[in-house]
Amino acid sequence: MSGAAGFFEDLFRGLLQGTPPGAVYALIALGFVLTYKTSGVFNLAFGAQAYISAAMYFKTHTLWGWPKWAALVVSAFVLAPLIGLVLERLIFRHLRTASAVSKLVVAIGLSVALPELFNQAARFTAVAGRQISGIMPDGAGVFYDPFGVYRFNRDELAMMAVALIATLLLAALFRFTMIGLAMRAVVESPRMTGLSGINADRVSAVAWALSSTFAGLAGVLIAPRFNSLISTEFFMLVVIAVAAAAVGKLVSLPRALLGGLGLGWFIAVFNTFLPRWSGDHTWLRPFQENLTPSLPFVVLFAVLVLWRAIGREREASDPLSGVDPPPPALAALERHPKLTLFTRLFGVGFIAVVGSVVWFRAGVLWMHLVTTAVIMSVIYLSVTVITGMAGQISLCQGTFAAIGGFTIFQMADRFNLSVLAAALLGAGVAAAVGAVLSLPVLRLGGVWLAIATLAFAFFFDAVMVKFSWVGGGTTALLTGTRVPRPLVGPVDFASDRAFLVLAVVVLVIVSIVVIQLREGTVGRTLTALRGSEVAAASIGISAARARIVAFAMSAAIAGLGGALLSMHQQNVNYSTNFGPVNALFWLVIVVALGARTVEGAIQAGAAFALFEPLILKGDLLAWILRGEDHLPGLFPMSGSWRLVLFGLMAIQFARHPEGLVEHGKRRASARINQWLEAER
Amino acid sequence: MAPILELRDVEAGYGPFRALFGVSLTVEPGEAVALIGANGAGKTTLARVASGLLAPSSGTVLVDGTGMAEAAAWRFVRTGVVHAPEGRSVFATLSVEDNLALSFQRAFGRAGLAGALRRAYELFPRLGQRRTQIAGTLSGGEQRMLSLARVLVESPRLLIADELSLGLAPLVVDQVFATLGRIREAGTALLIVEQQVGHALELCDRAAVLEHGLITWQGPAESAGAALESRLFTTGAAH
Repeated sequence: MSGAAGFFEDLFRGLLQGTPPGAVYALIALGFVLTYKTSGVFNLAFGAQAYISAAMYFKTHTLWGWPKWAALVVSAFVLAPLIGLVLERLIFRHLRTASAVSKLVVAIGLSVALPELFNQAARFTAVAGRQISGIMPDGAGVFYDPFGVYRFNRDELAMMAVALIATLLLAALFRFTMIGLAMRAVVESPRMTGLSGINADRVSAVAWALSSTFAGLAGVLIAPRFNSLISTEFFMLVVIAVAAAAVGKLVSLPRALLGGLGLGWFIAVFNTFLPRWSGDHTWLRPFQENLTPSLPFVVLFAVLVLWRAIGREREASDPLSGVDPPPPALAALERHPKLTLFTRLFGVGFIAVVGSVVWFRAGVLWMHLVTTAVIMSVIYLSVTVITGMAGQISLCQGTFAAIGGFTIFQMADRFNLSVLAAALLGAGVAAAVGAVLSLPVLRLGGVWLAIATLAFAFFFDAVMVKFSWVGGGTTALLTGTRVPRPLVGPVDFASDRAFLVLAVVVLVIVSIVVIQLREGTVGRTLTALRGSEVAAASIGISAARARIVAFAMSAAIAGLGGALLSMHQQNVNYSTNFGPVNALFWLVIVVALGARTVEGAIQAGAAFALFEPLILKGDLLAWILRGEDHLPGLFPMSGSWRLVLFGLMAIQFARHPEGLVEHGKRRASARINQWLEAER
Repeated sequence: MAPILELRDVEAGYGPFRALFGVSLTVEPGEAVALIGANGAGKTTLARVASGLLAPSSGTVLVDGTGMAEAAAWRFVRTGVVHAPEGRSVFATLSVEDNLALSFQRAFGRAGLAGALRRAYELFPRLGQRRTQIAGTLSGGEQRMLSLARVLVESPRLLIADELSLGLAPLVVDQVFATLGRIREAGTALLIVEQQVGHALELCDRAAVLEHGLITWQGPAESAGAALESRLFTTGAAH
């Protein structure tokens, strides 16, 4: 096999091999673009929807033994559009005039909540080792070889056929009816569409049903390619779809189609040739081994950063947005001073009581949980800076935290550096990475920043962690990424109590820094930018500089928190603590409980560590009822309810950007305010 | 015959802010009413409530004597009550022709679409020259023309027009008012919010003066000038 003929044959084979997955990528990309075009929602929950259809197909066909066609109809053509309609009716219809970023947060909340909600509701658990089967009878066993180069199996042919038919139907719908035009109009201004005599509700319901069907279909088609049914695999599918869709700047359907196919081809060809080249050039080998699984993320990141046309245009604003009431102010800003004093006293008292109970009564487990809560509060303050203050969505906070953890690990492992110094260094490295990352990416803004940081998180996860100078390489596989506790003079932080004190001290310092940042120039600048970028620019504010500062600060805080968490667990535990999907949940929980305030971050930290043992396991209720025997049969509840609850709470972000707790506080304080005014 | 539009004790506002404090107003079929008031008096809010864009917080809006329970602008449009909002109210990402087609397709059907587009381009030849251009890139005046072309060609039963002349050249303003006169003769009722009071009063039968969210004077358009003058020198000067 040599010479040009062999090369072209291999190339051709790679292209053929890449076509079936490419067709499914195209299908997802089409659905994704359809949603984005017709509702302005950057629907990261698309993967969750695909997962639900795939799981439903598995349950009905494999577990219940339904015929394939019936399972397909129920999962992709009944359940999928139904979910779309429900989401539209209950959530997205009310968010039409919300900003793209808040819709994105809602979608992230859904992507966390939906798979678990389905698993709980349908009592579905992923069955390891039982693969989902394709939609054709004996689909993986019957082959066709049209060109004598690559043998398509029947499932692969079905994938291509379904994608082709779906595309043609979609093109026909847009070509021969006005609905495509109406859909585009609804995204821009549902009110104006109404003034044109078009029922915007119905248009967006049709759009959601349609695009959700695409998601469900793609989920069922792609499922056989995964080893087991896990919702995170499907989440990555969305990232692939975004990469394909980004080629069409998220709005062009034909380009999304080409982007999907192109990605399939690119990956297949790359997989054909890279092993061969790295056989000749050994320096390529680590890249080959690491790069292949992350190709879509690399492509996505490259497209975002290198293609100047992306992200340049601003969101078209609704000319009738004046009809909406103005956004609310923070509760603390409109609170009666007496009430503020009272809540502060109450807070200090509460913390003192809890602190002394923990200090004197807590066993090893509770000490560990409370320390985790404190450390997570530190990490969550990084979300407060980037999301609450700067109004930007970063999905790579986990990566920054991991950088902090890995820095400590490397410094202690190789250079025997003092652990506390290494922690500060870790924060510094994270800040540097954050600043460098923000340079090409901040130009994008809005949803693009979120997606670029997500791509970076997946890239770090798939490639960087594998390098020995980051994740420790093969030695770390054997010995783990061990991190020692600090030892300062006579104080040995190996004791859990001493370490808790250290964590609390760090939390207090970081809180003060965050408050200073918010009250200072940077904070005010960011508030101005969040209000109106154009207006801020017109009075001489540089958006880029303020954002880079915020991004670097946020990365530093996350790095410090990650370092602290690694010290606490005496191990980096990358995939359990800092994986890209974990970071999604971090954002969700902070946004649900309050992204604007320091207390919101602390509440989120406490909820992260304590919600499951206290509430879901029923410990708190058992304590109240005096004895576990009185607990209702519901308990202990599955920990995944945590994902469902906070995911659904994050949906509130679009309406109450200050967080649900803050919102409740504002209503309560408004009432008490009235009462105090009346007393006067 | 029931009035085509009737507001009964309508109160409305935005979040915590109130803009209308109990406004009652009727427009009979074929009648032209001018709504006059200072900046911030609530004229635009009243126009929005009258076309279903904004739900009143209390009071009712009736079209042809039937209450419109929920604010849904598209329902108002389908009963023939059409609103031309103030400012550059066009779909900035759609082309000129798509902007027009969106309304005309519903009003005239697929068969009548071409004819309606032709009439719109006759009314504003400038739009015809730019039919494929993206509406967001039009000049301010051209965007105004586009949003007017949409409602003027349709000849609805009631046209609610908010600050029609704002941002248009004087010649075009004259032309717009001439068109309004034509569709009025053809039977369209008008509710006009207009800064150029002279133009508006000339066209209308009746005038209503809005002050601080309340209608403080209603009467025939001929006597509106005198009434305005006396109000200006008595209560108006106090503010």
